[in-house]
Amino acid sequence: MDTQIGFNWRESVRLGLIGGLVALSLSLIGVVETFGGRGIISGVISLGQILLFGAMAGAGYMSARQNPHARTGLNLVGGLIAGLLASLPLIVLVFVAGPINLRDFLPNASPGLLKLLIFEQDQATGSLLLLAVSAVVGLVGAGITLLPGRVRHPLLMGLLFVLMVGLLSEIIILAWGTKGLGLKIRRFMFDKGLSIRGTLLVFLIVAGLNALWGALGGRAQARVSALPAQQQKVLGWGRIALGVLFMLVLPMILRTYLTEVINNVGLFILMGFGLNIVVGFAGLLDLGYVAFFAIGAYTMGVLTSQGELGVAGMSFWSALPIAVAASVLAGVILGVPVLRMRGDYLAIVTLGFGEIIRILALSDFLAPAIGGAQGILKIPKASLGGLEFVAPETLYYLILAACLVAAFVSWRLRDARLGRQWMAMREDEDVAEAMGINLVQTKLLAFAMGAAFAGLSGAIFATKLSSIFPHSFNLLISINVLCLIIVGGMGSLPGVMVGALILVGLPELLREFAEYRLLMYGALLIVMMLSRPEGFWPEESRKRELHEFETEPVLAD
Amino acid sequence: MTILIANQVTKRFGGLTALSALNLEIKERSISSIIGPNGAGKTTFFNCVTGFYQAEEGEIIFEGRPIHSRRPDQITSLGVARTYQNIRLFANMTAMENILVGLHPKLRSTWVGAVLGSPGTRHEEDEAHEEARQLLGFVGLRGKGDIVAKNLAYGDQRRLEIGRALASHPRLLLLDEPTAGMNPAETAEMTAFIQRLRDELGITILLIEHQMRVVMGISETIAVLDYGEKIAEGTPAEIQGNPQVIEAYLGRGAAEVT
Repeated sequence: MDTQIGFNWRESVRLGLIGGLVALSLSLIGVVETFGGRGIISGVISLGQILLFGAMAGAGYMSARQNPHARTGLNLVGGLIAGLLASLPLIVLVFVAGPINLRDFLPNASPGLLKLLIFEQDQATGSLLLLAVSAVVGLVGAGITLLPGRVRHPLLMGLLFVLMVGLLSEIIILAWGTKGLGLKIRRFMFDKGLSIRGTLLVFLIVAGLNALWGALGGRAQARVSALPAQQQKVLGWGRIALGVLFMLVLPMILRTYLTEVINNVGLFILMGFGLNIVVGFAGLLDLGYVAFFAIGAYTMGVLTSQGELGVAGMSFWSALPIAVAASVLAGVILGVPVLRMRGDYLAIVTLGFGEIIRILALSDFLAPAIGGAQGILKIPKASLGGLEFVAPETLYYLILAACLVAAFVSWRLRDARLGRQWMAMREDEDVAEAMGINLVQTKLLAFAMGAAFAGLSGAIFATKLSSIFPHSFNLLISINVLCLIIVGGMGSLPGVMVGALILVGLPELLREFAEYRLLMYGALLIVMMLSRPEGFWPEESRKRELHEFETEPVLAD
Repeated sequence: MTILIANQVTKRFGGLTALSALNLEIKERSISSIIGPNGAGKTTFFNCVTGFYQAEEGEIIFEGRPIHSRRPDQITSLGVARTYQNIRLFANMTAMENILVGLHPKLRSTWVGAVLGSPGTRHEEDEAHEEARQLLGFVGLRGKGDIVAKNLAYGDQRRLEIGRALASHPRLLLLDEPTAGMNPAETAEMTAFIQRLRDELGITILLIEHQMRVVMGISETIAVLDYGEKIAEGTPAEIQGNPQVIEAYLGRGAAEVT
C-alpha cells in the first residue's frame, strides 16, 4: 500500500478544472480582451494575460499546496496537469466559437478575444501553444511552492510589487513623472506599463529588501526584544514619532490627486473608528451608521452655509462642536429604543434608521430647511489662522488631526474600564449585567461615541465638498464602513486603516478599470473571507504584544 | 448566624412550577449543597437568588436585606456572586480581562479620565491589574493572564470563572456544578479548592453538584429538591439514610457512598 506517499491526482485535476473555469469566465465577461491592450510590462505581458495565466499558475500552486509531502517530481507533474487542464475550457471555446456564433448570448466571445487566446496564430498552432504555455505556467506555479521560504517570499513579494506598480503606472506617472527628475525616471522605468528595465528594478529592489529582512530581520527582532523594557518603550515611542512624521509629510510626497484619494480614505477611517467601537468593541450590529455621517454633514451645512439655506452663517470651528453634538444626540435617540434588542433585530432597526434619515433629507417636508434633492450649497471652507483648508494638501491635515484624535480616543478607551465593559457586553450580556455593568449606560455610550466620530467625519465632508446632497448618504456607505472593519479585522485599530486603504483607496486608484472595479471588489471580499476570515490585521496579535510584560514564564504543566 | 434565607419562594414558567414554596436557610461560613435530579429546580433557585429570575411569591433575604426584587448587578454589589453550569466566560477576552470585568463594581474611573489618562484613573487601573494578578494566582492561573479565555483548558476555565466571581469580593458564592466534566484527580483538586475558599477567605459556599463524592465530602448541610420541592434537608449522614431521598434520587447506589 502506498497510500501514505501516494499523490492526490484527483485534487490536481479538480483544481485544474476550477482554474480553467475561472479563466473561461474571465474571458467571457470581457476582462481578458478589455485589458489585453493594457500593458503591465510593456511589450511582454498585459493585464489580460496576467489574469488569464494567473488562474493557471494558481491552479498549479494550489495543487502543489494540497500535496505538501509528495516527492518533488510528482508535484511538478501535478502542477503541469493542473495547468494543462486549466487551458482546456479555453481551447474548447476557441474551437466552438469558430463554427458557431456565440456572440448572440455571449457578447464578449469576440474575434478579438479568440485571437488573443491563440496568440494571433491559426487555430491549431495557437491551441497547441496555449496548451503548452498553460502547462508551463502550471508547472511554474507548482514549482514556486517547492522553493525554500527564503527564496519564495522575496520572489512572490517582488512579483506582487511589479504587478502593483504596473497596475498603478498611470497614476504613478501622473503624480511624479511629469517634470524634472521624475520625468527622467519615468522614461527609464515606464513605457506602456513598466518597461523591462523598470520591471527588473522594481523586482530587484523589493526582492532584495525582502531577502535582506528575511536573513537579518529575525536577529534584529530578537535583539530588540532582548533590550530592557525601558529602552523598548523608547523604541516604541520612536516608532510612533516616525509614523507621525511620515504622515505629516505625506501630502508633499503624494501630490494633489493621491492626497485627494487619501482624504477620502481618511473620512472613511474616521467613520471606521467610530463604527469599530459600536460593532467591534460593543458588538452592536449597526447598519444605519451613515445616518450620523449625514446628520454631522447637514448640521454643518445649515449652520455655516452662505446660501439661502444657511441660518447662522457660523464659521467651521464654531459649528463643528454643534455638528458633533447633534450626531451624538441622534446616537442616543437611536440607542434608547433599541436598548433591549440584540443581533439581527438591532441590525434591522438601525438599517431602518439610516433610511429614515436619508429619506427625510430628500423629502419635500424638510426641503425648506435643508434643500431636499437640491441639497445645501455654498458651505464655506474651514480656515485656521489664515490657512484655508481648500486644496487637498491642506485639507489633509484637518482630516489627519481628526483621525489621530479618533484613534487616540479609541485606543485609550479599549484598554480602559469602559472598553472592558463594551467587550464584556459583546461576549455575554446577561453575565456582564450580573457583573454590575450598567447595560443602558454602556450601550448608549457606544452609540454616542460611534456617532460622534461619524458626525465629525460628516462635518469635514460637508466643508470638503462645499455642498451636500441626500444621495451622498446612501446605504452603501454604511455597508462600506462595515466591510472595511471586517476586512481589516473586527475590533482592531490598524485594521480599520488597512481596511479603508483596501476598500476605499484601491477602488479609487483603479478607476481606470471602470465597471470591473466592483467585480474586483466583490472577488476580493470573497477570497478574503475564505482565506483570512479574521481580517488583514486582527486583534489577537495586538493582545499578545500588549500583554507580554504581564506574563510570567509558564512552567511545564 | 444565617446569611441567606429563602422563604416560601415560588417560581412558575407558564403551567410548570419550577420552585414551589421553597424554604432554605444557609449559615454563614458554611458549605452547603443542593442536590436533586435534573429539572428539580436547583439552577432556577440560583437564578432567583442572583436576580436573573424574579420569584412570583416568597422572599429571599441576604444578610437581613430582602433581595428578591433587585437587579442582578445590585445583588452582585451586595455580596453574592455565582458561576454557571455551562461555563459563561467572556470567551474572546483574556483571562486577565475577565477578572478585571469582575472587579468592575469596585472601579470608579470614567471614560473621560481614561481618555485624558488622569493620574486617578491610572492609579486605579494599576491597582486593579495588581489585584487581578493576585486573584489569577489564587485560582492557580499564574502566568496565564494573557491567554484568551476560550483557549484555556477546561479546568482552567472553571477556575477562571470562580476567580471572576471572587473579584467582586462576595460573602456568598453560588457554584453551579463546579466539577462537571472533570476527571477524579481534577475533581479532588476542585473540592480542596472550594474548601480553601471558605477556610481562607471566609466565604459562604452554596453549591449544586451531581457528584456524590464531592457533595458528601465537603457539605455541612444538604438540601434535596425534587420537582421544585424540598424533600429533605440535613447532614450528609442524615441525607444518606433518608428513605425518601433514596427513593427519589439516590436509588440503589446510595449504599455505596460512605
